[in-house]
Amino acid sequence: MKIYVPLDSAALSLGANDVADAIVAHAKDNNLDVTVIRNGTRGMIWLEPLVEIETDQGRVGYGAVEASDVPALLDGTLDSLGLVEDLPWMKGQTRLTFQRCGVIDPLDLADYEAHGGLAGLRNAIAMTPAGIVEDVTASGLRGRGGAGFPTGIKWNTVLGAKADQKYIVCNADEGDSGTFADRMIMEGDPFTLIEGMIIAGLAVEATKGYVYLRSEYPDAIDMMEKAVVLARGAGILGADVLGSGRAFDMEIRVGAGAYVCGEETSLLNSLEGKRGVVRAKPPLPALEGFLGKPTVVNNVISLATVPVVLEKSAQHYADFGLGRSKGTIPIQIAGNVKFGGLYETAFGMPLGELVDTVAGGTLSGAPVKAVQVGGPLGAYMPRDKFDTPFGYEEFDGQGGLIGHAGLVVFDDATNMLGMARFAMEFCAVESCGKCTPCRIGAVRGVETIDRIGKGDADAIPLLEDLCETMKDGSLCALGGFTPYPVLSALHNFPDDFATQKEAAE
Amino acid sequence: MADAQTTETMTTILAQYVGLEGPLLPILHAVQAEFGFIPGDVVQMIADHLNITRAEVHGVITFYHDFRNAPAGKHIVKICRAEACQAVGANALSERAFEKLGVDWHGTTANGAVTLEPVYCLGLCACGPAAMVDGKVVGRVDHAKLDKILAEAGA
Repeated sequence: MKIYVPLDSAALSLGANDVADAIVAHAKDNNLDVTVIRNGTRGMIWLEPLVEIETDQGRVGYGAVEASDVPALLDGTLDSLGLVEDLPWMKGQTRLTFQRCGVIDPLDLADYEAHGGLAGLRNAIAMTPAGIVEDVTASGLRGRGGAGFPTGIKWNTVLGAKADQKYIVCNADEGDSGTFADRMIMEGDPFTLIEGMIIAGLAVEATKGYVYLRSEYPDAIDMMEKAVVLARGAGILGADVLGSGRAFDMEIRVGAGAYVCGEETSLLNSLEGKRGVVRAKPPLPALEGFLGKPTVVNNVISLATVPVVLEKSAQHYADFGLGRSKGTIPIQIAGNVKFGGLYETAFGMPLGELVDTVAGGTLSGAPVKAVQVGGPLGAYMPRDKFDTPFGYEEFDGQGGLIGHAGLVVFDDATNMLGMARFAMEFCAVESCGKCTPCRIGAVRGVETIDRIGKGDADAIPLLEDLCETMKDGSLCALGGFTPYPVLSALHNFPDDFATQKEAAE
Repeated sequence: MADAQTTETMTTILAQYVGLEGPLLPILHAVQAEFGFIPGDVVQMIADHLNITRAEVHGVITFYHDFRNAPAGKHIVKICRAEACQAVGANALSERAFEKLGVDWHGTTANGAVTLEPVYCLGLCACGPAAMVDGKVVGRVDHAKLDKILAEAGA
């Protein structure tokens, strides 16, 4: 009997190792022929640990399983969820980037290939660098880290730059609250990221890659390091990638707990061993990046999506989506929700459908008050903006951003003045200190919101003015976007600011 | 000046990272893994090894939240403060930790058992509030679970 027990850190945090140990122990005591396979997560975090047993019909799911459920699980008396593939959460999705996540053993290369792995890389090897760049451009893939810059255009700049050494740097500094897609794919299907980085290397003629991975993800670090060693051993990485005669190798580098290092120029400084201070642009990292050489800096999901684009064709990918937001987006549903997890779907689903239907509303059962979309620098969207379709331009038009596509849902017990204050406090803690609007502005922002909280109405225009200065005057998105959560809280939920004032009067 | 034992350990660590592009962060992580913090007397050795100034090494150490200049408690408990965990009660959880341990963020209990650190996101946003105990992730930490974690850590 083949039994799958996830090793994704969300599953681990809910006791998956205890369940796996209990299965092995119980099978041994009862002489059962059981093979435990540790897979990634399917993304249904509310069901974790989600155990699956392989049957002739397909994989049958059980969740959330506790170690004490194991005897019933193995003698067939535990209630099942039915076939995992048939669960509404799975059926509603279009899984391209995450096609293998939760399905395969993340470190089994044969399993990876059997599920379509390396097909994209093999196609890429048969193409010219310009041909690969053209395909990625035609797919419409945009930077999934948040900025949404077209990946193919960035690659073309690097391809056109002449240098003795170029680099591919993967930004795996996924610090935004409410996002975990990068972690999930690195833990559940690490070879996809490696394959994407190799294809990027072939496309821009870079031979060396780095994954800058945040230290808060020890399980992902461990998985990526193991995967790199396996890929090197199998000739996928190294001096002769799959016998192509072209070289590409990569290293995993660990961050050190600075949120701002998710910003690409500060990431590059950190990778070079410096303080993670933001660099002014230009020069673009595409021309002068890591160690001053032309560098592709892409988010994990952007790179991990490249293999499927090359495998199934650019047109296949571009046929999904809405307007200029092509393809699929792995939406991460988090916070106070009944069904939290990762849901990959074509761009265009309205926010309200995601929150009320897919996520099933709040866990607490209280009405949804606000949804923060796009991490700590994203706007708080009120219910009257729930018809906004999930797309880059569509959210921009509503004074928000999709960022790394995380949704954090809050119920009506939430005080939005408190959330606005937290946004400023977070900016103050994490500011790299290079530019004044962010370094000083965030501190003044906390003080100004405290004044509003104490009933000083005069502080409201001051806060608006401060936010304008931070928006216009900051070098990077940390100072520049902190006004999004602050002003959206102020404008969309004025009662939380006014009530405090009246209470004080 | 570092003692002979420290010097020897440092020589071993530094030798492992020769030839790396941008070796300082890997070196600092290795030093902290070895000593539990970055001892002040190794800063000059790292600077000499990399041919940079002591001030530059100091600047890097102090920039990043991960690096500490003094030993932590026996166990490090990190509680996520980020928005997704706040949406499911992280603030109340932190308050309880303060109360139970008698310390604020970055504080270590009087008996040296536990250091309490804030963390901004562990990627466990769909199963918060989240915590990390000595590098191990814990999800859906309610007050009972927190009490158990702290008791086991000897706080």
